[in-house]
Amino acid sequence: MKELLIGNAALARGLYEAGCSVISSYPGTPSTEITEEFAKFNDVYCEWAPNEKVAAESAFGASLQGKRAACCMKHVGLNVAADPLFTMSYTGVNAGLVICVADDPGMHSSQNEQDSRHYAAAAKVPMLEPADSQEALDFAKIAFDISEKFDTPVFIKMCTRVAHSQSIVEKGERTEVCKEYVKNPRKYIMAPANAIARHPFVEERTAKLTEYAETSPVNRVEAGSGSYDFGIITSSTSYQYVKEVFGDSVTVLKLGMVNPLPVKLIKDFAAKVGKVYVIEELDPVIENFCKTIGVDVIGKDKFSILGEFSQKTIANAFGMEEKENVTLETDIPVRPPMMCAGCPHRGMYYVLAKNKITVLGDIGCYTLGSMPPLNALDMTLCMGASVSGIHGFNKAGGSETEGKTVCVIGDSTFMHSGVTGLINIAYNQSNSTVIILDNSITGMTGHQQNPTTGYNIKGDPAGKVDLEALCRSVGIRSVRVVDPYNLEECEKVVKEELAKNEPSVIISRRPCVLLKYVKPKKPLRVNPEKCRGCKRCMKFGCPAISFRDGHAVIDNTLCIGCGVCAGLCPFDAFESEGE
Amino acid sequence: MATKNIMIVGVGGQGSLLASKLLGRLLVDEGYDVKVSEVHGMSQRGGSVVTYVRFGEKVYSPIIDEGEADFIVSFEKIEAARYIKDLKKGGTVIVNTQQIDPMPVIIGNAVYPDKVLDEMKDKGVNVDAIDALSLASEAGSAKACNIVLMGRLAKYFDIPYDKWETAIAKIVKPAFIEINKKAFDLGYNN
Repeated sequence: MKELLIGNAALARGLYEAGCSVISSYPGTPSTEITEEFAKFNDVYCEWAPNEKVAAESAFGASLQGKRAACCMKHVGLNVAADPLFTMSYTGVNAGLVICVADDPGMHSSQNEQDSRHYAAAAKVPMLEPADSQEALDFAKIAFDISEKFDTPVFIKMCTRVAHSQSIVEKGERTEVCKEYVKNPRKYIMAPANAIARHPFVEERTAKLTEYAETSPVNRVEAGSGSYDFGIITSSTSYQYVKEVFGDSVTVLKLGMVNPLPVKLIKDFAAKVGKVYVIEELDPVIENFCKTIGVDVIGKDKFSILGEFSQKTIANAFGMEEKENVTLETDIPVRPPMMCAGCPHRGMYYVLAKNKITVLGDIGCYTLGSMPPLNALDMTLCMGASVSGIHGFNKAGGSETEGKTVCVIGDSTFMHSGVTGLINIAYNQSNSTVIILDNSITGMTGHQQNPTTGYNIKGDPAGKVDLEALCRSVGIRSVRVVDPYNLEECEKVVKEELAKNEPSVIISRRPCVLLKYVKPKKPLRVNPEKCRGCKRCMKFGCPAISFRDGHAVIDNTLCIGCGVCAGLCPFDAFESEGE
Repeated sequence: MATKNIMIVGVGGQGSLLASKLLGRLLVDEGYDVKVSEVHGMSQRGGSVVTYVRFGEKVYSPIIDEGEADFIVSFEKIEAARYIKDLKKGGTVIVNTQQIDPMPVIIGNAVYPDKVLDEMKDKGVNVDAIDALSLASEAGSAKACNIVLMGRLAKYFDIPYDKWETAIAKIVKPAFIEINKKAFDLGYNN
């Protein structure tokens, strides 16, 4: 049956059909659904690992044992998994091993715009790049075949528009694949003597993969029907934009494998079409390769290194007429994402902002605390950097910053890579206060379980890390738990912990209001007789409260009745229904 | 036929996912090539969200660009205006008249532009405004706003009414089929 699937779901289906039996991943937009969808299949093992390095190594272990395995991550997650990646390239695999990585050109939900293709080249690992959902499904099978045939991990590179676009796929049947585990120290123990012996294998493998790329159907030339004096080399979603603009009129070399790149295929293509444009998002990876092998191409001179493309990008570059449209004179106010009404993070941020505390932040929903009106954050870098960062900040600042600085990190991010930073704080003793914003879920990526929630990816009971005990066990003596809906308590505890001359942890604990088991209360309403229009409640930045005709008003479709605003009002104007 | 383009725009959390799922299911059943594209993650947290639905004989790009949309279905009054540059000349805007203040308005840094629908009409845009929230409540759930708007969109297509109903039954949980069919009917017939 034909079905409409997002690229990530199609990829999950392809991995399943290819006989993949184990997936270990850490969530990250736009990669998360690959693992979530795979978890829905029976008779396979699927898990959320604490971070991408653990996930990649777990998948490697499964491959070593003899089962086809995969791990999935967003582009920045690959930085975390880079350590095992580079050496897995040397060991190769037993059963097939696939690493799915999803880039985010345009940074819809990311802190940078890095191009994962560099990792494929640097680690000398082949990389397939599907352009729609059907290719995502098909390439998963090809990836496993390449992995076993050439003894290498294989990348499948997604991007936001392929990962999150639905297109039609035909499903197939699953094939079971099992390899025997045979002890092979020279292949799998990467101590210097063995690694030295493996390096030539890696180089020979790349040469063989290049041969494969020359003739593999994943790379194809589509002859154009028009009379253009140029041809286009492209891949991924850029291919779709090219086809949208040119249809079948222009000759295209559509690359499904972006590492290693085919030399002869590109040279022959260039010889046939004359002028060659390379249309690729982000860095000039294909372009630079072409230039290295002596093929003159036009790439980043015409197509930006920044952000996403679209059909308009292509049409504009080739001087085509713009489509007629309508524009308005009225300025439309921006609508940035924000913390939800009732979000537990808001209470803690309100307290920190009120006390003008320097706040080093981390990756998650709570990055939104940087937005007006709270403006509560000073720094956000990468997963875990808040905890490591505050240590350095306070070591450098001494008494100037200690007592006035905290860091904030979510429960999942703390598990990912915050705990190592905390160990550094405890070991090298900086007078730092770490606030764990524990909303009992991985929020921003859409509610994934993590080691602190007590449930696994299927929602079944699992091991549960006790955050308080963990922090104490690494050497933090002062560990406090507060309810972020209780602003008075939060303020008191933050001040007390900042005043102490030792490392401390505050766990700000209340579950995300979007969790199904969190039952909303009845919305509050503002008594216009009591509201004097002082706007103190507006400093809280709750999307359910707005100001109309001189008074605060509550949007009862958004308010979940958390009641924190009631405590902020000096005139008791916020009332629960029925009062 | 030329590819048709529908944009569904609104505020994160308003339920555009179900609307695009309905369209996707229906259009695949009708035998079209279909692409549906949306962005997950950060932008869903109360921010402005957009979903692209494209269908025809062969669809390449998953996104809709400036001047290409035949329809913009907007779940909120000013969100239609935010994406108006993407509307094709002579295109139609179906808009829920519900007002949801964005944060700059909430904190007093900006004013909610009340008259944008009039400005659109002045510029020759076909504006089909509908109080979908009230109709959804009438159907039995304020959350059915999305299906009310799909009912209104359906009026502009040649696809038979019962095909839409069949698609609704395929994508919503059995307990919610009746509410959603009523919501669809109210959107279609008001």
